[in-house]
Amino acid sequence: MAAGSTIDALGQFELHPVLGGLGEALRFSQSPLMMIVASVAVLAFLYVGMRPKAVVPGRLQAAAEICYDFIHNMAVDTIGPEGRAFFPFVFTLFFFILAGNYLGLLPFSFAFTSHVAVTVALALMVFVLSVIVSLKAQGAKFFAHFMPAGAPVALAPLLVPIEILSFLSRPVSLSIRLFANMVAGHVMLEMFAAFTIMLAGLGLIGDALAVGPVVINVALMALELLVGALQAYVFAILTCIYLREAVAH
Amino acid sequence: MARSAASSIRRVASLLTPLALALPVMVMAAPGARAVGMPQLDFSNPLVIGQVVWGAVIFLVLYLLLSRSALPKVEAVLTSRRQTIDNDLDIARRAKAEADSAVDELHLARRSAMAEAQANVDKVIEDARLAALRQTQDMNARLATEIHEAETRVAAARTAALGSLRQIADETAQVLVRQVTGTSVPADVVARTVDHAATARGL
Repeated sequence: MAAGSTIDALGQFELHPVLGGLGEALRFSQSPLMMIVASVAVLAFLYVGMRPKAVVPGRLQAAAEICYDFIHNMAVDTIGPEGRAFFPFVFTLFFFILAGNYLGLLPFSFAFTSHVAVTVALALMVFVLSVIVSLKAQGAKFFAHFMPAGAPVALAPLLVPIEILSFLSRPVSLSIRLFANMVAGHVMLEMFAAFTIMLAGLGLIGDALAVGPVVINVALMALELLVGALQAYVFAILTCIYLREAVAH
Repeated sequence: MARSAASSIRRVASLLTPLALALPVMVMAAPGARAVGMPQLDFSNPLVIGQVVWGAVIFLVLYLLLSRSALPKVEAVLTSRRQTIDNDLDIARRAKAEADSAVDELHLARRSAMAEAQANVDKVIEDARLAALRQTQDMNARLATEIHEAETRVAAARTAALGSLRQIADETAQVLVRQVTGTSVPADVVARTVDHAATARGL
């Protein structure tokens, strides 16, 4: 929040224990609380939406089915027939991130995807999973991927380290992309909101001028809705691409 | 104010750019980063790592609930809808096939009925023709018999007539000979001579 003439754009990301002493003892902050809220929201969406089990679906059921089909098609189209096995994982990943991103846009809420520890954990999970699947599906042939097919052997000392580096940078780029997008969006919202408060302190002219940042914030909110969905999609589709490389023979 | 905002942007930007390039270094230097002011990198705060542990547990539970319960429910509905549609299509296809075969049967029955009727008509006509033929033949046969009988009768009558003609001729010849010559001629000579003459004339 704006304190005096300085803007504390990063204070919103601070973690505080919830549930008093119990939360402190269990290291339970508002971030896991929002994870639970996001999970419950996703589950409720599916359970309530699919309760009619109608052959001709209503709106909510149609929405739940569209979400199912969307991720199912993404997983199967990108990974291939083996994608069916990874579909629940990709679905969980996509909607966990999407719900986290969107929850963060609500007042008094918190975007757990704006914490690099969370996004790194998610990215490492994807990375480790893809490595395990690779080793299981391809065995030692997995390491052959670090030497591009058809490249001159003489270039191997140059190419292999580059390939290894690019492979290892996957979880980094995956996590930083989501984290940076969410942080940037929330910092911008915070700053323009602070402008409004600061301008309002200048009197009549300030009151009039303070409308500007509000308008910008409305536009930013729309942008954040786009970014939130897009980042969840990017995370999920990259997961699918990594898994396709893992299962490809 | 604007300067502080600009410096904030610069501060955030200066944080994000190296972060993307050197995350491991940043993680190592986390306590130092706290001084810059990003709560996300304040790893001395146990809540930062705590949320990762909680997140792992929550993610696992969400995954299990989704993969074991929620998503199969959606799949069941989608599958049952597909089956319902397929079944309905099957029923429609079967009904159409039945209707087609019924129409075929109808055509077949109509054709066979027509053929049967035609055969009946042909048979009736043939019977009538045969009956007429037989009647004609009977008639002809009867007529032929009657003609034959009549001819026989005519021939008998003619023979009878011719028989009495010879007698009259014999007697006439005897009478003529007696009256012309005044003598009687033996009857057998007269008869032979009349025979001769009759044969010569084709009687």
